[in-house]
Amino acid sequence: MAQLKVLIVDDEAGIRSGVARILNNFHVTYPFMDEDYTFSITEAATGEEGIEIIDRDMPDILLLDNKLPGIQGVEVLEYVRKKNFDIVVAMITSYASIDVAVRAHNDGAIDFIPKPFTPQELKTSLEHITKQLYLRRITNTLKVEGRKVRFQFLSVLSHELKAPLNAIEGYLRMMQERQLGDSLDDYASAVERSLQRIESMRNLIMDLLDFTKVSFERHLENMQEISLSDLVSMAIVTVSPYAIHKDISFNTDIRHCGKIWADPNDFEIILNNLISNAVKYNRVGGSVTVTVDCSEDEFTVSVADTGIGLNADEREMLFEEFSRIKNEKTRNISGSGLGLSIVRKVVELYHGVIKVESEPDRGSVFTVIIPKMQVTNIQS
Amino acid sequence: MVKNSFTVLIADDDPDYLFQVAFYLRKAGYEVVAVESQAEAEQVIQKMKPDIAVFDLMMESDDSGFILCYKLKRRYPDVPVILATAVARETGVTFGLSSEQEREWIRADLYLEKGVRPEQLDQEIRKLLKL
Repeated sequence: MAQLKVLIVDDEAGIRSGVARILNNFHVTYPFMDEDYTFSITEAATGEEGIEIIDRDMPDILLLDNKLPGIQGVEVLEYVRKKNFDIVVAMITSYASIDVAVRAHNDGAIDFIPKPFTPQELKTSLEHITKQLYLRRITNTLKVEGRKVRFQFLSVLSHELKAPLNAIEGYLRMMQERQLGDSLDDYASAVERSLQRIESMRNLIMDLLDFTKVSFERHLENMQEISLSDLVSMAIVTVSPYAIHKDISFNTDIRHCGKIWADPNDFEIILNNLISNAVKYNRVGGSVTVTVDCSEDEFTVSVADTGIGLNADEREMLFEEFSRIKNEKTRNISGSGLGLSIVRKVVELYHGVIKVESEPDRGSVFTVIIPKMQVTNIQS
Repeated sequence: MVKNSFTVLIADDDPDYLFQVAFYLRKAGYEVVAVESQAEAEQVIQKMKPDIAVFDLMMESDDSGFILCYKLKRRYPDVPVILATAVARETGVTFGLSSEQEREWIRADLYLEKGVRPEQLDQEIRKLLKL
């Protein structure tokens, strides 16, 4: 049960006590709200007194008569708007000329309660106002949180992009100052390392592009019937040069599941990331097993490796953005820390889930489950 | 001034940055112990007392640098520590320190922008060692 503070500003004592009486036993409930709202009432007889109470007590809802002895209701409203207070205002008035209504509306009054009103009319208005207030506050909270998340993302990103630049700049300065010797050969490893840093930076930028695509662009015209087994084969072909290099073999166990209605780019992102990770974090001579299965309601794709595995803490943070697992075993493996967070985003777009089972030094199994019925109903 | 009697412990998980800083500091005459992780740095601290330490903030965990500060200062209160904290400043990440004692210890002597030029690092080290 939450309580909203209502301030009623009206010069007629009878109206004030009437409103107080009606609202004291009234509560508002909606299915989407976490809790019911009740009301506590404060009264003011003039606009001046009202402003004093607003400054002191900051009500949530202001019920405002326009015709007041001193300053007018619309002036109180203007005060609230100028100060940017988070108050929802409704005008109560019998003199609601068009002029007043327009002015009040422009200053953010969200409702008009004509005088005289029945208890039911007041309650209906209050329900409406409470819903508005609730939505407005939720929206504000979400906006602030969104900004925070974006800010954090960008600052970590800038750090991730600066680190390779610093490293490369450092090597170039060493060359410029001939710190390692006069022969080009003395700089072979500096050049090699610089090239590697450039390569990983390029990968980061590519992942970043995937990431923004997934976050913002959905094109329904890209949706088509695709075959998971084809996409699995393609992903394996893409990663095979690297797999051959590490002597890693592939096993596939693909049940024919019919077609899936999806954007092929999305499933390429999922499969390429999972399969290339399975190679990247595998041991030399290991294997990767890709399984595609389906039941009546869902598709299941799992990718198992025989690699370094993950402990419980690492599993926990795995899908967060820029959360690279840093330990002795991953030290020489480059990655942007974005791949799995992208995969999760894509999977969620299809109302699916991604799970991981893993044991350090034994390997990991990533399983993606996509509901069949949802596949035709992708959010755009 | 005889710098080579001074040992600098550097921990940074960027192998290139580590290599470059270690190279310049050795050239400038310091004895350098360079490690790539918090775990290795902790082992070093167990075995020897450096004259000064330079820690990256984010290594195995986001607060590796702070943990190292804490452990080093607890063991050797007189050893100055430089913390490379670009990330903390940029993200505005705040770090929860649970006890008064931790707050007391986790005070680095200097916070530096990561990617600082090696010459500048040398200067800051000299200041802290009062050379």
